[in-house]
Amino acid sequence: MIRVSLAALLSHWRRNLLQLFALLAGLALATALWSGVQAINGEARASYDAAAATLGEGRYDQLVPRQGDALPVETYVSLRRAGWRVTPIVEGRLGDVRVIGFDPVTAPAGFGGLEATAALAPGDTGAAKGLFGTADTARRLEGLAPVTVTRGVAPGVAVGDIGVVLGLLDRDGLSRLLVLPEQPIGRPPLEKVAPELRLRASQQTADIAQLTDSFHLNLTAFGFLSFAVGLFIVHSTIGLAFEQRRGVVRTMRALGVPLRVVIGVTCAEMLALALLGGALGIVLGYALASVLLPDVAATLRGLYGAQVSGTLALRPEWWLSGMALALIGTAAALSRSLWQIARMPILASARPRAWAMSGAAGLRGQALAALVLLVAAAILGLVAEGLVAGFALLACLLIGAALALPVVLSRVLALIEARSHGPILSWFWADTRQQLSGLSLALMALLLAVSANIGVSTMVSSFRLTFVSFLDQRLAPELYVEVDTAAQGAALDAYLRGQGLEVLPLYSVAEEVAGLPAQVFGVRVGPTYRDSWAFLDAGDAPWDAVAAGEAVVVNEQLARRADLWVGDRVTLAPGVSRPIAGVVGDYGNPRGQVVLSEPFFATLYPEVRPLRFGVRTQDPDALRRAIEAELGVPQSAMTDQAVIKRASLDVFERTFLVTGALNVLTLGVAGFAILMSLLTLADMRVPQLAPVWALGLTRRRLGWLELARAVVLALCVFLCALPLGLALAWVLLSIVNVAAFGWQLPMFLFPVDYARLGLYAALAALVAAAWPAFRLMRTPAGQLLKVFSHER
Amino acid sequence: MNVKAFLLACLLPVVAQAQGFAGLGAESEGFAMPAPDPVFDFPADHGAHPDYRIEWWYLTANLQDADGRDYGLQWTLFRTALAPGEAAGWTSPQVWFAHAAVTTPERHFATERFARGGIGQAGVQAAPFRAWIDEWALQGPDFDTLTLRASAPDFAYDMALEAQGPLVFHGADGFSVKSAEGQASYYYSQPFYEISGSLDLPEGSVAVRGQAWLDREWSSQPLSRAQSGWDWFSLSFSGGDKLMGFRLRQTDGSFYTSATWIAPDGTTTAYPDGAFSAAPLDEAQVAGRDVPVRWRVQLPARDVDVTVAAMNAQAWMDLAIPYWEGPVEVTGSHDGRGYLEMTGYE
Repeated sequence: MIRVSLAALLSHWRRNLLQLFALLAGLALATALWSGVQAINGEARASYDAAAATLGEGRYDQLVPRQGDALPVETYVSLRRAGWRVTPIVEGRLGDVRVIGFDPVTAPAGFGGLEATAALAPGDTGAAKGLFGTADTARRLEGLAPVTVTRGVAPGVAVGDIGVVLGLLDRDGLSRLLVLPEQPIGRPPLEKVAPELRLRASQQTADIAQLTDSFHLNLTAFGFLSFAVGLFIVHSTIGLAFEQRRGVVRTMRALGVPLRVVIGVTCAEMLALALLGGALGIVLGYALASVLLPDVAATLRGLYGAQVSGTLALRPEWWLSGMALALIGTAAALSRSLWQIARMPILASARPRAWAMSGAAGLRGQALAALVLLVAAAILGLVAEGLVAGFALLACLLIGAALALPVVLSRVLALIEARSHGPILSWFWADTRQQLSGLSLALMALLLAVSANIGVSTMVSSFRLTFVSFLDQRLAPELYVEVDTAAQGAALDAYLRGQGLEVLPLYSVAEEVAGLPAQVFGVRVGPTYRDSWAFLDAGDAPWDAVAAGEAVVVNEQLARRADLWVGDRVTLAPGVSRPIAGVVGDYGNPRGQVVLSEPFFATLYPEVRPLRFGVRTQDPDALRRAIEAELGVPQSAMTDQAVIKRASLDVFERTFLVTGALNVLTLGVAGFAILMSLLTLADMRVPQLAPVWALGLTRRRLGWLELARAVVLALCVFLCALPLGLALAWVLLSIVNVAAFGWQLPMFLFPVDYARLGLYAALAALVAAAWPAFRLMRTPAGQLLKVFSHER
Repeated sequence: MNVKAFLLACLLPVVAQAQGFAGLGAESEGFAMPAPDPVFDFPADHGAHPDYRIEWWYLTANLQDADGRDYGLQWTLFRTALAPGEAAGWTSPQVWFAHAAVTTPERHFATERFARGGIGQAGVQAAPFRAWIDEWALQGPDFDTLTLRASAPDFAYDMALEAQGPLVFHGADGFSVKSAEGQASYYYSQPFYEISGSLDLPEGSVAVRGQAWLDREWSSQPLSRAQSGWDWFSLSFSGGDKLMGFRLRQTDGSFYTSATWIAPDGTTTAYPDGAFSAAPLDEAQVAGRDVPVRWRVQLPARDVDVTVAAMNAQAWMDLAIPYWEGPVEVTGSHDGRGYLEMTGYE
């Protein structure tokens, strides 16, 4: 009996291949979107773990030379002998690969990211001769150094025993020392042992982790969003599939198939379909990720100096979670449908519209839940601080809004219906409202997709606008020149000033300010700073005060973290403090900055001389040639502003390319959900359309009305999505971004972009509705007639 | 893979094998091997022997403060070679590591250090004697007059040692056999140090004095493959006699034992396998495993039948190579104090 029942259930799909396709495609697309995002996220994260292991020096305090870039081994040994638990690092480049040498004997646990293969294998010399890195690194180092391929090492980096690396780089000196967290009691102060070294606090170099984490926060948020969209789609696909088979089920029950068997067979069938759809989705997701991943890798490489392997591994986390999505979505939809089957009176009519007409009570519950969530979101919006609260707010907002959508649409349509004149228009609105419940899941998916699109694109565009004006401000000089020695710097400065040009030397030193690691800059206050720097907050004539050495300018990061604003005093050295004259926006930089005047900087750090100079000139090319001819500075040491700006902009363009691509995909998937809902509803709607047709409306006219309905609904959804998307953007910019990056992005509005999005949404709905409408136009009159002759 | 495991897997062939301390039985190709009838050359032999795979300078002390409260102290410098011989700079195949511990009746402090050979971070120089790793050092003008220093995040000590007797040699004139197959090491001790100094503990600094025992041992393959660990006793009886005895546990459940009886004037009597016996009386749950902390120790040839009990059962050295090491009290036919080391309790 089981086999017969299964055959009966399956025969439905044989007769309705389109529905089978819809079911599988819905499952596959939802899974694909989720697993694609997961794959990208997971792969990038795995690369970061490797990077953190290989490059995780940021967690440790470091000792670096005050002058030059190397410290002798003897200094390391004398520090150890004095009780400083430090471990040496040497870093350099072989070809285009960053090579890091460390001492596995004294390095902290987890350093290096090496797997079981050893840098120091028991051998004839005690130290293996080679490096460790990824396959790609090994290829890039071919002919330069032997590389043992190891997965745990970050891409673009080769690690090895310090002795080996020093030999390969042909060096004696160490780059820096990491200070281990556990230090013995009675350790003498650094000045007594190695006054030539400077302690660089750990946080200062932790920027990679911080920045990459916050970028991935965006992707994670997007992942959750796609999960939600996917669940909606799976749910609606399964629900509709059941709706269409109520008749079959009733017939089976009437023929004496026990309920137990029906449920068992249905579960088995759905499980098989979910697994098949999920598997298809995972394959699709993998393809999607591998198409997008080169961009992810490029984005992160460009932005943060971190590298992501351009290869995809089939990680169990993401394919399992993708499968879980398919199964959970199926199970959720199935449980409801099974409950209905269980309660269905054997001899009652199939009532195929029953599911779509889910009761008013359900709608009320949904409205209540939506209200609770939206109120929670409002409260969180007022008080939220930090990432977790930010994400909770996002979740409440999105789910609340999605649940509220059918209620709002229903009210709006009722309102319009009440005001419309003429029978056709009245019927149109009433029929639209009546269809709402059947389409609601697809419409919710569209709502989420559109609002995510609005939110993310607002954030990206706001970021871009801010960043471009920031670049204009910070990269005002037309030409940058880099020299090797302080003497060359002085000569360059004198030469340029002799030409009557405005020269902007860049003095900088890493320092601890207000207990936080920061960068202290010395600037030559001139027209450039006065004209092009925009302050977020400033006192009167800030640059005059800075020029006089009486005040400093700080960036927003420092102001926020140390809670020091205009008028507060910043301590720069023991007994030396200055009030803050202004706070500047500083985007894409995690560190605090303090800007001093050149003479004041020189009194604090007399040993620091500038090696980089910005020059204001009308003719950068001529100046380049002159500097090369007069001072012997190579062309390669000079960059013009346009190049830097373009490079910086490229980085950000690429950063959000992936997000943009995923956005478009979400919209596409939502459009597909609408198409499938319409297609599956189409047959059920025949009895409703037949009377209208019989009353004189042509099939062609009916088809056009169907199309119009889809567009109207899409536009309604878009109108709801607009405020939701803006709220989403606000949360991302004002809460999530502050928590993750330490600065607030000003929010800009882009009405043209939104209008275009509205158009896209309508277009997606139009495309989705086109096929069902076309089918309606071509429905044989006989089929419509059958509605009246009880032959259905 | 973290560096700790990394170290264990590669740098310390001593524990490279899965069987833990049985790894001391690992292959020793290319290394010099201890031979019978050694002729020691002092002070040179107080220094390092880089042609042998492993070596240690192992100091333990039973201490008391002015109030009669007992303390135990350990300072050990290990040398392990990835390959025989020495080379300058980073290519040196010598790896050093050291353990320091202080035991009170209630607490046990332990810490460790690691160092590369060849760059001066650690080493041993024979004369004037200097054994050091980082800021830790055991040094003095000669082997009889030494100072000792170690520090950790939660404790430190600074001690002075003065030898009151001669060096003593274990086994056959310092050739100490460790198994029936003939594995052996060179092994001598200075068990007659008087020691005094101060311990810096979280509760404050405390002046202490007592007796210390320094073991010197080097070899290339001291254990046979069939041995999984050892229980080692150094006991100082109140009558002035001393007893060094160890029991090597073999994987078949049998033991290989050896002992040295040290008279107050430093004359020694070596006892072959079977003469000395040690049997656990009580076990304690230590660091998640059962470790015997009360023993019955017998040397019938000297009418020794004593109970050896840990002063603090939790004297677990929770380090890269974990083991138990702590002060003990001796009661029974003889009274006294001493130190117990137990390895290979996985």
